[in-house]
Amino acid sequence: MSRWRADFPGLDQVINGKELIYLDNAATTQKPEAVLAAVDYAQRIDCSNVHRGVHALSLRATASFEEARRKMARFINASSSEEVIFVRGATEAINLVAHSWGDTNIKRGDKVLVTELDHHSNIVPWQLVCERVGAQVEWVPVLMNGTLDLKVAHEILSSGEVKIFAFGHVSNALGTINPVQEMVAMAHEFGALALVDGAQASPHIAIDVEDLGADFYALSGHKMYGPSGIGVLWGKIEHLAGMPPWQGGGDMIRSVSIEGTTFAEPPFRFEAGTPNVAGAIGLGAASVFIEEAGLSAIAEHEALLVNKAAESLAEIKGVRLMGEKSKRVGAVSFVIDGVHPHDVGTLLDQEGIAVRTGHHCAQPLMDRLGIPATVRASFGLYNTLEEIDSLQAGVEKVVGVFA
Amino acid sequence: MSGVEDLYQEMILDHYKSPRNFGKLENPDSEIEGRNPLCGDHLVVQMRFEKDQIAEVAFEGDGCAISKASASVMTETIRGMTRGEFQEVFAVFQALVTGVESDSVLELGKLAAFGGVAAFPARVKCAVLAWHTAKAALEGHKGSISTEEKV
Ligand SMILES: Cc1ncc(COP(=O)(O)O)c(C=O)c1O
Repeated sequence: MSRWRADFPGLDQVINGKELIYLDNAATTQKPEAVLAAVDYAQRIDCSNVHRGVHALSLRATASFEEARRKMARFINASSSEEVIFVRGATEAINLVAHSWGDTNIKRGDKVLVTELDHHSNIVPWQLVCERVGAQVEWVPVLMNGTLDLKVAHEILSSGEVKIFAFGHVSNALGTINPVQEMVAMAHEFGALALVDGAQASPHIAIDVEDLGADFYALSGHKMYGPSGIGVLWGKIEHLAGMPPWQGGGDMIRSVSIEGTTFAEPPFRFEAGTPNVAGAIGLGAASVFIEEAGLSAIAEHEALLVNKAAESLAEIKGVRLMGEKSKRVGAVSFVIDGVHPHDVGTLLDQEGIAVRTGHHCAQPLMDRLGIPATVRASFGLYNTLEEIDSLQAGVEKVVGVFA
Repeated sequence: MSGVEDLYQEMILDHYKSPRNFGKLENPDSEIEGRNPLCGDHLVVQMRFEKDQIAEVAFEGDGCAISKASASVMTETIRGMTRGEFQEVFAVFQALVTGVESDSVLELGKLAAFGGVAAFPARVKCAVLAWHTAKAALEGHKGSISTEEKV
């Protein structure tokens, strides 16, 4: 049993006649009572716009919203909450940097370095900015064991033409962790900035942006037990201070006149319009939930799940696990000889087991591994060892159908 | 629980494991690629015509059991048909896999095995990928089509 399970009402349901076994946490996590209650309170009781009114309700909503920002700053160990920008999610965080920082600092002939391991949301925004300014996207290849070829990264960076190196902390497709500090140091050695996509790291491991040394860090609330439609872009204040707005509107200005407009300081400069107030407050509650559970306790529990899943799946004839064994965080990705992942997904769903099948928004990686798709079982703190037994039995059944 | 056994019938598994008319034609008159970008399925359908008739049809590619078996059974079914007959069978097949009542009196034959798809809305696109691709080939389209775009 997991001691955190009872906090999640969404887990307690029957799917296709079976108890739900939710193993699609890398896509989105279930929400604990503390988050549901915080969101509900923000909308039911403290419902007001932020940063605008002088009345009590608006002041309360503003205080809770800014408290959530401080909670997120503490959660990732940012030196100040000015460095925490609320966005829709990791996708918007990366697009913000690509537009605001990218359009200003990336010039014709420059390079942007991305990786074959990454989610499309950390690839496509860079392709777009490179098209806009006439720069070049360069790729770090993935080796067959699912790790990045950092020798090639070093070679490309050493040209001195790379402006920013964008890569993931933990791969959503393979569940493997990258050596972030080493990669950041490599970027800095050759004058590039480093953006880290932490969407798959934040629910599983302690994040210390100061310690990682990165320039930007992106995360999504819904993957760390928070609501959807909210996330964080963290950026070093020395970068944020010099970046122009990327969207115009209310809340991001200092003054607007017919002659022109001056802009607010970070983080407000990057938060045009009414923000997702309840979402931000819910995300703050999620960060507290994780801190109270304790990331070392979570990591310990999830390591048991990942190792048991990897071992029990590997015992099944025809199953091939993807990605380097020692580097898995929170997920296992696999294929079954002669069975398409899509069919595995449908058959497991009949057992009440939710897994993700497909290319996981990582088509360059699938191309490199020479497979169209994988099955991914991804775990949260509420999953149990018994559920891994059911997963194993389910996959054995699938293999039986196609035998 | 609506039967997963209805979805993965013996016949469908057989066509998945040993697809018929799998490969390339010598002198195809038309060739088109069909893709489902959501799951990575892709197949190529080739046809040779004699007047208005589909004289030969073959396919190649990779996909799930439903999409591959559907392509295989389709090639067996539509060989020798005219364009008009193809459109008619396709309409009936589409009704079958989406669970829509049809008043057609056409004999479905092996196609009836795909009736189980209707209980799995997420899998309808798999079942019709080959058919949409063949339709595009018959209509003289070139290149490739996708389940996520209008042809
Ligand atoms: C590694 C990674 N980056 C980015 C994203 C995009 O997150 P969102 O859709 O919440 O913006 C995801 C979500 O699938 C992800 O796994």
